[in-house]
Amino acid sequence: MEQKNNIYTKLFTSAFYISAFAFGGGYVIIPLMKKKLVDDLQWIEEDEMLNITAIAQSSPGAVAVNAAILLGYRVAGVSGAFVTILGTVLPPLITLSVISIFYTAFRNNTVVNAVLKGMQAGVAAVIADVVLNTGRNVLKQKDKVSSVIMVGAFIAAFFLKINVIYIILVCGYIGAVKTLILMEKIQKGSDS
Amino acid sequence: MIFLKLFWSFFQVGMFSIGGGMAAIPLIENQVVNLHHWLTLTEFTGLITIAEMTPGPIAVNAATFVGIRIAGIPGAIIATVGCILPSCIIVSLLAWVYFKFKEITVIQGVLSCLRPAIVALIASAGLSIFTLAVWGEGGFSTNPQKINFVSVLLFTAAIFILRKWKPHPVYVMLGSGIIGGAIYLLI
Repeated sequence: MEQKNNIYTKLFTSAFYISAFAFGGGYVIIPLMKKKLVDDLQWIEEDEMLNITAIAQSSPGAVAVNAAILLGYRVAGVSGAFVTILGTVLPPLITLSVISIFYTAFRNNTVVNAVLKGMQAGVAAVIADVVLNTGRNVLKQKDKVSSVIMVGAFIAAFFLKINVIYIILVCGYIGAVKTLILMEKIQKGSDS
Repeated sequence: MIFLKLFWSFFQVGMFSIGGGMAAIPLIENQVVNLHHWLTLTEFTGLITIAEMTPGPIAVNAATFVGIRIAGIPGAIIATVGCILPSCIIVSLLAWVYFKFKEITVIQGVLSCLRPAIVALIASAGLSIFTLAVWGEGGFSTNPQKINFVSVLLFTAAIFILRKWKPHPVYVMLGSGIIGGAIYLLI
C-alpha cells in the first residue's frame, strides 16, 4: 500500500513539475516526460514511449494532457491516469486563475494597456511565423489535395466565416475517404 | 446554465483541436468571441498572448481564463474539465485500437488531410489578430489614417527576428510588449 502511494506521489510530482516548467506546450512536454519516466524512473520502455507519443499526437485535445493520460494509465491504471491529469492541469489552472484576476484588475491601467497593445503585434508575428513554417511543409509535399484543402479551408474560415468545426469535420471526412481509397488500391495491387 | 454552456463550449474546443499547439486557437476564438461573446477580440488576443507566455496547453489556459471571468473558480474548473474530457475518452479508445490492431493508418490518413486545414484555420485566426493590431477594433480599413504604424513596425521587426534568429517566441512577445508599450506611452 505504501509503495502504491509512493508511485502516485511520484507520478503527481513528475507531472506537476513538468507541466509547471514546460513553456511551449506538448512538443516540449513529451521529451521531458520521456526523460523522467523512461530514462530516470525506468517505468516505461523506450518503444512504448514512441507508441504513446503517436497516440497522443493523433488524438484531439492538448498533446500534453493526452500523453499524461496514457502514461499515468500505463504506470498505475485508471487512478494513475487521474493522478497525472491532475498534476498536468493544476499548474496552468493556478497560474491562469491568478493572471485572470490581475488582468481584470489592471485592464484599465495605462501602462498595462500600452504593453498589451505592443504585444498584439508580437503575438501576430509569432502566429504568422508558425503558419509560414507549417504552410511551407504542406506545400513541400506537392500533394494537390493538401494544397486545395489549405486554400479552401482558409477561404471558408476567413472570408465565408463558416464555423471552424464544420471545416474540420469536412476535411477529416475527405482524409478518411482518401485513405480508404488508397488502402484499397494498395490491396488490389498486392492481390494481382 | 452558464456552467453547462462553459462546459459544452470547451468540450467542443477539446474535441476538435487536433494537432496540438496552436490548433486550439481558431476553436477558442470561434466559441469565446464569435459564438458566445464572452471576450472581445482585444481580450481574446490578450488571452492568447498570456497563454503563449505561460506554461501549459493553450486550451487549458484559455478554459481557466474564460471560466474564471464568466463564473469564478467553479467556472474555471468546469471549463477545464470540459476541455480535457474528450481527450480522456478518445485517447482511451485510440489506445485500445492501437494495442489491439497495432495500427492507426486510417486515423493518420485523416490527420494528413486535417493538417493543411489546421494551418489554414490558424492563419485565419492569426489574421484577425493582425487586423486588430494594425486597425484596432474597427477592423480593416483602406483609410491610411486608421493604420497603427507602431504595430506595423513592431510586426515587421518581430517577424524578421523570428525568421532570421529563431529565438523563443516568449522573448519576441515580451520585446514587442516592452518596446511598443514604451512608444505608446511616449507619444
